Amino acid sequence: MQKKMAYSFPDEILEHVFSFIQSGKDRDAASVVCKSWYEIERWCRRKIFVGNCYAVSPTMVIRRFPDIRSIELKGKPHFADFNLVPDGWGGYVLPWISEMAGAYPWLEEIRLKRMVVTDESLELVAKSFTNLQVLVLFSCEGFSTDGLAAIASSCKNLRELDLRDSEVDDLSGHWLNHFPDTYTSLVSLNISCLGSDDVSFSALERLVGRCPNLRRLLLNREVPLDKIANLLSRAPQLIEFGTGTYAAELRSDVYSNLAEAFCNCKELKSLSGFWDAVPAYLPVIYSVCSRLTSLNLSYAPIQNPDLTKLVSQCPSLQRMLVLDYIEDSGLEVLASSCKDLQELRVFPSDPFGEEPNVSLTEKGLVAVSSGCPKLQSVLYFCRQMSNAALVTIAQNCPNFTRFRLCLLDPKIADYRTLQPLDVGFGAIVEHCKDLRRLSLSGLLTDRVFEYIGMHAKKLEMLSVAFAGESDLALHHVLSGCESLRKLEIMNCPFGDKALLANAAKLETMRSLWMSSCSVSLGACKMLGQKMPRLNIEVMDEKGPPDSRAESDPVDKLYIYRSVAGPRFDMPPFVWTMDEDFASELS
Amino acid sequence: MEGSVGYDNDLNLKATELRLGLPGTEPVSIVRSNKRSLQQVADDDCGVNGCKSDDQNETAPPPPKAQIVGWPPIRSYRKNNIQTKKNESEGGGIYVKVSMDGAPYLRKIDLKVYSGYPELLQAIENMFKFTIGEYSEREGYKGSDYAPTYEDKDGDWMLVGDVPWEMFITSCKRLRIMKGSEARGLGCGV
Repeated sequence: MQKKMAYSFPDEILEHVFSFIQSGKDRDAASVVCKSWYEIERWCRRKIFVGNCYAVSPTMVIRRFPDIRSIELKGKPHFADFNLVPDGWGGYVLPWISEMAGAYPWLEEIRLKRMVVTDESLELVAKSFTNLQVLVLFSCEGFSTDGLAAIASSCKNLRELDLRDSEVDDLSGHWLNHFPDTYTSLVSLNISCLGSDDVSFSALERLVGRCPNLRRLLLNREVPLDKIANLLSRAPQLIEFGTGTYAAELRSDVYSNLAEAFCNCKELKSLSGFWDAVPAYLPVIYSVCSRLTSLNLSYAPIQNPDLTKLVSQCPSLQRMLVLDYIEDSGLEVLASSCKDLQELRVFPSDPFGEEPNVSLTEKGLVAVSSGCPKLQSVLYFCRQMSNAALVTIAQNCPNFTRFRLCLLDPKIADYRTLQPLDVGFGAIVEHCKDLRRLSLSGLLTDRVFEYIGMHAKKLEMLSVAFAGESDLALHHVLSGCESLRKLEIMNCPFGDKALLANAAKLETMRSLWMSSCSVSLGACKMLGQKMPRLNIEVMDEKGPPDSRAESDPVDKLYIYRSVAGPRFDMPPFVWTMDEDFASELS
Repeated sequence: MEGSVGYDNDLNLKATELRLGLPGTEPVSIVRSNKRSLQQVADDDCGVNGCKSDDQNETAPPPPKAQIVGWPPIRSYRKNNIQTKKNESEGGGIYVKVSMDGAPYLRKIDLKVYSGYPELLQAIENMFKFTIGEYSEREGYKGSDYAPTYEDKDGDWMLVGDVPWEMFITSCKRLRIMKGSEARGLGCGV
């Protein structure tokens, strides 16, 4: 009787139920309930996220999920952002596009991060996915405006084109002309990374003018200030706007046109750009300030008092990105004006200078932590810190989800007590029980890692540099942090012991990066032999690892779990420690 | 606020000493200085104008602190934005892309790291695993299918080596290793 009931439940009903489950994790959970659920789920999954493009092959993805409409892929390790991953490392999207071209003709959304995207890939995308609506290339490289021209001319249903932080070979601004006159569907355009002097401004104006649903427009630096008013007047419905260069000679006609244009954008909530900004033109945005929820001034060389004055006019801010020109005094004003603040990022204006050029210290961050009860996410570059300040911050903000502190001198001690900053960061992990992301800096011993292993149970991503004294530190993290997915370490005295003792942990994580540490070649080979579901990649630009002794430390190590086996597209400076390699040499 | 003050005051720090390098090796590998120190520059002048080095040493400020690769963790486009405002900025590299016809990936190099054409060409040869021919002013690069070219500020493609080094690094926007007939075309006299 029971068996009959189980099989009489129609697949269509289950499929309908599954259509309400959007989260990938929930779908994964549903798919392992039983074989029939696995089958039904895989046919109706439409969206997939691949956090490491080498963890699985396109063939495997296509075989399991025959009808995907939205894909997100990530390539290079995070430290590639800081030039730690040599060019040519990998992360090529072409193999994925080639296979999906045949399998997913109805693909609507492609989101890529830190991948190498060539013009050939973009041309293939344009040709194969006629229904493409979203193309996001986040921190990608390898393509030029020719590839963009192909997308513009073919993708009639494109709503979103976002090139944020990508390196584009800017051959000419004329790619914008490739959007046909009949194309009107643009909703979001981010070209802030483009460098060309030759921005086809007329093409941009016409494009903006004929797309009534355009809500998000982020321009590149080359767009001059006196052209903005015209653009804005064609798109008063914008919610998010990024200016080009924000400097020009003060002219009253330009000024008043700008002021009027901004004033007419009644829905504008987010502003960015402001390259080379001069104080003279800041007041034109005052009419918008009270509504602003997000403000990115991190490219603006504006200093106090103009900077603080601007910030004080934005009481609705939830997200603030700024250079350290804001100084402690400006952050105190921010703390008293912006009670809805959730995210703060303060970048250094002179990171390589020997002496501080601004008065930005731990006091600014303490002020914001005290004044802004909703603060959840912090990225803060400064030159001094104390344990006392960190403890205060931790107590003020138990709701932190992301905390990244970067002291410009990476091993600097508590400036007041000359002690390591262990206790301070310990307080952060102890009080902030929902902390998902943490970056450490300053003088740190093994003790801070003991605290992290003990308390940071929800921590998913940890970045460490110049910290710790022994393998015990790494052991604390690998054995204690239950939710750890990504661990990236540079210049720490961590060797083989902790790694080998916690080898199994590595299969529960997305990836581990270790550069300029003390992991030996022998340990890498051992891991490669014992852990077939891990790819152990050793990177060394000086020469092949077999020219050294087993005990020699490797320069860079990248370990990630994979069901696709070792990759085949490695450049000459990357070696995989799979079983074959180890046995070949012994 | 020197970090070293903290642990220099302690006793017996050898065991726990944090150094910029791997234990058991000289701490050189990861610290890379982009600038030649002023002393080095002074020494170079010695041969031509007589030894000025003594004077220079007394009045010259200490060489700028060597930069650590990857620290502070700032993305390159942010660094470039800061540098654009300063000219000969400390720590500012001159990053240009290097592409080679037929190679599937681009490389990026910092021109400030090299002291002249021979070093630069050697580095490029190593990077792409090929050999550039012999350079001569009249005939360009002979002896190989490849020629190193660069795009200058005016958008013109020039042969690497045609202008003095200092002029080259300030005007070079990107490098391209050309192959075949295009390469030979550039090389043939002017």
